[in-house]
Amino acid sequence: MNAPAYNFAYLDEQTKRMIRRAILKAIAIPGYQVPFASREMPMPYGWGTGGVQVTAAILGPQDVLKVIDQGSDDTTNAISIRKFFARTAGVATTTATDEATVIQTRHRIPETALHENQVLVYQVPIPEPLRFLEPRETETRRMHALAEYGLMHVKLYEDIARFGHIATAYAYPVKVNARYVMDPSPTPKFDNPKMDNCPALQLFGAGREKRIYAIPPYTQVVSLDFEDHPFEPYRFNAPCALCAAENSYLDEIVTDDKGGRMFVCSDTDYCESRQAAGHHGSQSAAPYKEKAQGGSHD
Amino acid sequence: MTTIAELPPGFADKVLSAQSTFRSVMDAMARPGSVQRIIPMAGTAGPMMRGTAAIALTLFDHDTPIWLDPRISDSSDVLKWIKFHTGAPVVQDPSIAAFALISDGVLLPTLERFALGTNEYPDRSTTVIIQVESLEAGRSFDLRGPGIDDVATLQASIRPFDLFDRLRLNETLFPRGIDVVLVADDFVVAIPRTTRVVSKES
Ligand SMILES: [Zn+2]
Repeated sequence: MNAPAYNFAYLDEQTKRMIRRAILKAIAIPGYQVPFASREMPMPYGWGTGGVQVTAAILGPQDVLKVIDQGSDDTTNAISIRKFFARTAGVATTTATDEATVIQTRHRIPETALHENQVLVYQVPIPEPLRFLEPRETETRRMHALAEYGLMHVKLYEDIARFGHIATAYAYPVKVNARYVMDPSPTPKFDNPKMDNCPALQLFGAGREKRIYAIPPYTQVVSLDFEDHPFEPYRFNAPCALCAAENSYLDEIVTDDKGGRMFVCSDTDYCESRQAAGHHGSQSAAPYKEKAQGGSHD
Repeated sequence: MTTIAELPPGFADKVLSAQSTFRSVMDAMARPGSVQRIIPMAGTAGPMMRGTAAIALTLFDHDTPIWLDPRISDSSDVLKWIKFHTGAPVVQDPSIAAFALISDGVLLPTLERFALGTNEYPDRSTTVIIQVESLEAGRSFDLRGPGIDDVATLQASIRPFDLFDRLRLNETLFPRGIDVVLVADDFVVAIPRTTRVVSKES
């Protein structure tokens, strides 16, 4: 057998040290974006190179890795990242949330409550919550330094003036530990409450923008809102058509060309576990059944 | 004179030992007051404890200026060990240090002498590694802050005795501040700048 041409978990040790130091600072200053020297990874930026670098810096041979894209373990992106680490680090992989020690995600926080022995790694495209209000990095740095977040409230208030409610549905800004305003990556705002007081460590990596930030376990995370327009996590008002869950985040699926549609859990592991436990929705006989019984998807 | 061949060794497996040590330090930083164990072992030089040596091998390199207390910097074995195994430059000025190694807490200088970061870049601060007598027995300290589910109780025998009083400067400086890593043999506890002592037994 040939020796692998790459280091364990792909990154060289000097890069890992640099990322590890950034992670420690990020944990010590919750919500603050630590600059780091992002490396080229063997995948395009849109594929979560920031999250991949964070995962590569923390992962060890004892870890069990889960990777999700939207809520699914089975998209091309999720499968290729999982295979990448199975190959370069030899780690075990899983689709079951409660078995994973490291979970890398592009959008969703799993529905199954996270526990203390887990790290959730987010792949972040645009880490700066103030960027669309202020393009200059020196200015956004200054605003964070002074905790000057009035502009952000103005933006949310403009939503209310135009739409009657806060229309921001994804990457909805939060305040971490009553200090830094942070962008929770492109997660739907439905997931924001799961970040608050979470037993797991949450790490965020933005490859193109070269930032790492963190929410330590058991840290207060508050979605920005107004007294007369409180934050509301949005969800389609329907049970899951496959597992009948009433409190999971749903994707709308078009079922035929006559306008038929159904709502199903975006978190496939959660939905399949519920079906396996005997929960059935209105459409649970459908093609999904075959997939749920198909075993490993890799 | 110690030759390179006589220097205490680094990690037997650099890659996996650094990963394991980092996870212990990361868990310590993420859960302040919790006692984590550093498993991989390396040779130590002079007054360095085993845990300190492992942390140095894991986090130090030519990008991290290191400040040493007078007792450690008197040890030519330590200087050679750090230079050979990590390549980190040893500096005289604590205000430019990425890490400080304190072999004995009585030698801890005033914290304001270290890098405290700026309001724009609070991460540009010194992480202070302090060797202590025990992280299992001694006075008990109740801690609160991010990473802690309500209250964490740390039992430790620490010098300087007023370390937590000194760390109160973090309250006024935040987001600037000093993060501390306490080491006792192969045990490690982190006290990031967000941690507050709510009570202590005398
Ligand atoms: Zn479902």
